[in-house]
Order: sequence, then structure tokens, then C-alpha cells
Amino acid sequence: MESKIVSMGEAVRANVRDGDVIYLAGFTHLIPFAAGHEILRQGKRNLTLCRATPDLIYDQMVAAGCASKVVFSWMGNPGVGPLRAIRREIEAGQLEIEEYSHFDMVTRLMAGASNLPFLPVKSNKGSDLVEANRWIKWVTCPYTGESISTVPSLKPDVTFIHAQRADPEGNTQIWGIVGEQREAAFAAKRVVVSVEEVVPGEVVRSDPNRTMIPGFLVSAVVEEPWGAHPSYAQGFYDRDNQHYLAWDTVSRDASALEAWLEEWVLGVNCRREYMGKMDASQVLGLFPRTRPSYSVDYGIYR
Amino acid sequence: MGDHSQGEMMIVAAARMLRDNERAFIGIGQPNLAANLAKRLYAPGLVMIYEAGVIGADPLRLPLSIGDPCLVSGALSVCSMYEVFSLYLQRGLIDVGFLGAAQVDRFGNLNSTVIGDYHNPKVRLAGSGGACDIAILSRRTLILIPHSPRRFPERVDFITSPGYLGHRSQREALGISGGPEAVITNLGVMKFDETGEMYLAALHSGVSVTEVKENTGWDLKVSRNLEENAPPTPEELRVLREELDPHRIYLGKLE
Repeated sequence: MESKIVSMGEAVRANVRDGDVIYLAGFTHLIPFAAGHEILRQGKRNLTLCRATPDLIYDQMVAAGCASKVVFSWMGNPGVGPLRAIRREIEAGQLEIEEYSHFDMVTRLMAGASNLPFLPVKSNKGSDLVEANRWIKWVTCPYTGESISTVPSLKPDVTFIHAQRADPEGNTQIWGIVGEQREAAFAAKRVVVSVEEVVPGEVVRSDPNRTMIPGFLVSAVVEEPWGAHPSYAQGFYDRDNQHYLAWDTVSRDASALEAWLEEWVLGVNCRREYMGKMDASQVLGLFPRTRPSYSVDYGIYR
Repeated sequence: MGDHSQGEMMIVAAARMLRDNERAFIGIGQPNLAANLAKRLYAPGLVMIYEAGVIGADPLRLPLSIGDPCLVSGALSVCSMYEVFSLYLQRGLIDVGFLGAAQVDRFGNLNSTVIGDYHNPKVRLAGSGGACDIAILSRRTLILIPHSPRRFPERVDFITSPGYLGHRSQREALGISGGPEAVITNLGVMKFDETGEMYLAALHSGVSVTEVKENTGWDLKVSRNLEENAPPTPEELRVLREELDPHRIYLGKLE
């Protein structure tokens, strides 16, 4: 059995090129912050950053000059406010955007994941999004004659997923909110998975319904505890809301933002160093009380 | 407890409009607070559905966002975003979509995309998220938004989520069913007439028609049977202040 375990530095060096279309997947949950910070540290340029819900990590990457374009459906600091760096760039006319609704965006991924050129979506009618984005088009249903909108497939060069656990081959299990993680992985040419813990293959095989991504789609596995901080990992740690609130202040000012990136991203070598800078009592406050599911019995059939 | 803010009245009025056992698609921000209040007080069977893919949430705390882990623990089901939008929303299973926005206009169209020109925006906002999809595919929508002339222009700068467009018939002509049922603000409740135009249907207690008109960007029609909404009950205020938002994360923004 082939182990794909590498460091985040190696995973990014081997899988991300300047100019790539990349997707850091997740909906508030399991956001691959460690991956985003490593891409930023390696100084990648001209990336097209795709994600239904760009949040702090894309704000940081855009502020650092990694991106030439953002493809999205809702951009914000969830529960807090706007993404100030991206907003400044857009309002200054310096960042290209391509914008959809959530349903459009995840349908694009589903089309890419199923190797279809497009898929229909019963949305968009009457919305000015149709004027703003020429990629939303219309077809006549060959069976009913109904007019229905379509969106093109999205096939990222590389998708990053952070998950609770995977085995060394990259068979990946996720619980809690999964958002668009599975579709983003299946749609991509290369998939990099980082996890809270690497587990033996038999752990994965004991609960196959929980496996979201088969290892044969995965190029690299990175064991990266706290890899989603300041977002959360269901059952492992809560969202560090202080960080989200702090970013709202820091990102108002370009020089404060630069100093923040220097301190928390460019000035550290890895996630372990980043977490080492955290206030211990703040980190301890993030552990949830335990609430295990009842286990199920798959049975043995021979 | 005679003392309450207009923001609290807005949340309470919105919560009262949700019915028990409905399947509600909950948008980000204040709708989240109102839905959780309704579930605790008068709609225990409310099935709260969130665009991240959570079905039947039963959170122990107020979710910080619509992707909060408290929505998952104890929920009925968790699926992918593609599944929640296709199997639940597009399938026609959503009774009510509960939305906020930056602007709402005379015909209930919502803007959460830009202020100013799309290609040369004065203010760039968050964008649709699921709002456009929810506005088109729910059986009806409720809109929760603070009342001000800036937020109530006669015509929104950008239609992110269609209401009745320019007339109820225009929505029908596109083959879209549903549409906005009510707009709930800190001043009152607006509904829509047979042409799809918004009118003032109810005032919150202590608010005047003049105050509502002064905060609306066109000459708002007023119902001949104008109703008055009862102020929040002590129990409503207790749940809101002590159980749901003790740190005034949402309520603070409404002051």
C-alpha cells in the first residue's frame, strides 16, 4: 500500500503552479487555512480562486497578491461583516470576478465532478445575475419545451480539502457540514487532503458510508492538526470567533493587514509554529464537550 | 417589560409569522435569530433548513453563522449543498424562505450584490449566496430588513433575488411561482397587493404611518385595515435576550 503522506510544503510545491485554478473547499466548516497559508508563503501568483463562500483565507490570499480572479457566490466574513481586502480590490477595479448564486456554483462543481459540460438549474430567472455573468445561459428542455438556465462545469486544477481523518492512501472521512467538498474533489484534476488525524485503513473500512473521497483521487495527504483554524472541525474544535472579529479590524487598514500576514503567515514556517503562537487558554476554550453517535453494525458476510 | 428596542420588535414580529411544522430555509443574519426564537416559543415542529446542507437543526446555542457546528449536533440530517438545493429546494419541499437583504424595492425585489453600478460599484456587497435560488424556488418568502430610505429605494440597484419584478404578472410570465409574502421591519409589516406592489399592512405599537413613509423611498400605499402588532411579550424578550443572544451579537447591530 502506497502512503501519500507529505508535509504541506511539499504538497503545495508539487501540486500548485502559478496561474492555476484552485478551490479551497468548505462551507464555514473545515476551511483549509493551513493550505492557504502555505500557498501564500510560497508566493504563488495569478491564481484563480474559486469557492462558493470565499472567507478570510481568500481575503488574505488576495491581499498578499496571490490571485488575479475570484469565482464565487457569497463573499464575506461569516457572521461578522464584509471581506475588506477583496472588497477594496473590486471597488478599485483591480480584481476580476465571476459571480453566481450558490445553487449555480455547486451545480458547476457537480457538472465538473460528473464529467458533463454543463447542467441545468431551475434558478436565475428574473435575476440581474444573468446580465452580470455571460456564462449563465439558457436551453429549451427537449421534453417539455420549458426554458431553463444552465451553468458550465467547473474543473479546478487543484482542490484542497481539510477533513477529520484519512488513511495514508487518502481515503477521506468527513462528518458535520460537508458543503461542496465532495463535488469539488471529484471535479478537480488534483486533490490535496489535509486531516486532523491519519488513521489506519481499517478504521476507514469499518465505516464506509462516512467516506467522502476515495484515495485513488487524492495526490497528497498532509497530517495537519488544527489545519482548519480559525474555522472549526466538528467534534474536534469550535470556530475561534475572536480571530474572525480581529480580522475585521486588521483588514480595515493595509499596513495593519501586512503586519498581520508577516506575523501569522510569512513569519512562521508551518502550522505547528502558528498554533504555538496562540494563547493557550483561548485554544482550550475551543474544545466541545463530547457527543458521540451511536455506532452501527455493518455485519460480517462471508 | 414595557421597554424593548425596535430591533427586538422586528425579530419578534418576524418569528410570529413562521408556522409550526413548516419547512423553512433560513438565510444568514437576523432571519436566523427570528427562526430560532419561533422554534423555541411557538413553532417547536419548525424544520430549520440551512444552505450548508443541514436539515432539521435543533441548536443548543445561537448559531454564529449558518455554518455553525451547533446546527449539526442533534440535526435530522446533513447533506451536501448540491443536495439541499436540488433535493429540498428545487424539488419544491420548502414552504418558506426566510431572507435578509441590503435593499428591497416597491415590488419586493432584493439586492444583496452591489450599491451603484455592477461594473463600477460604490459598495460591493456579499452577493447572492442562496438568496436568488431561495427567492425563486420557495413556496413563499419572508423578508427581514431594517427600515430606512436607503434600504427601501423605489427600484433596487441590482436584482439579486427576484420578487414580483415590475408586476405580479411578470413573475408569472417567467414561470416562477411563489414570491414574497411579507417584509418585516423595525417599524411594521408590509405585504403585497394583487399587482405585486408593497403596502403597509401593520404597524408595530408606538410607530406612526408618517414614520414609515418617511423611511420609504417611494409613496408607500397604506392598507385601509391597518393593523397594530402587539409589543413583545415578557417571554419573547426573555428568550431573545437571555437564551438566544445574551451577548447582543445580532441585537446590538439593530440598535
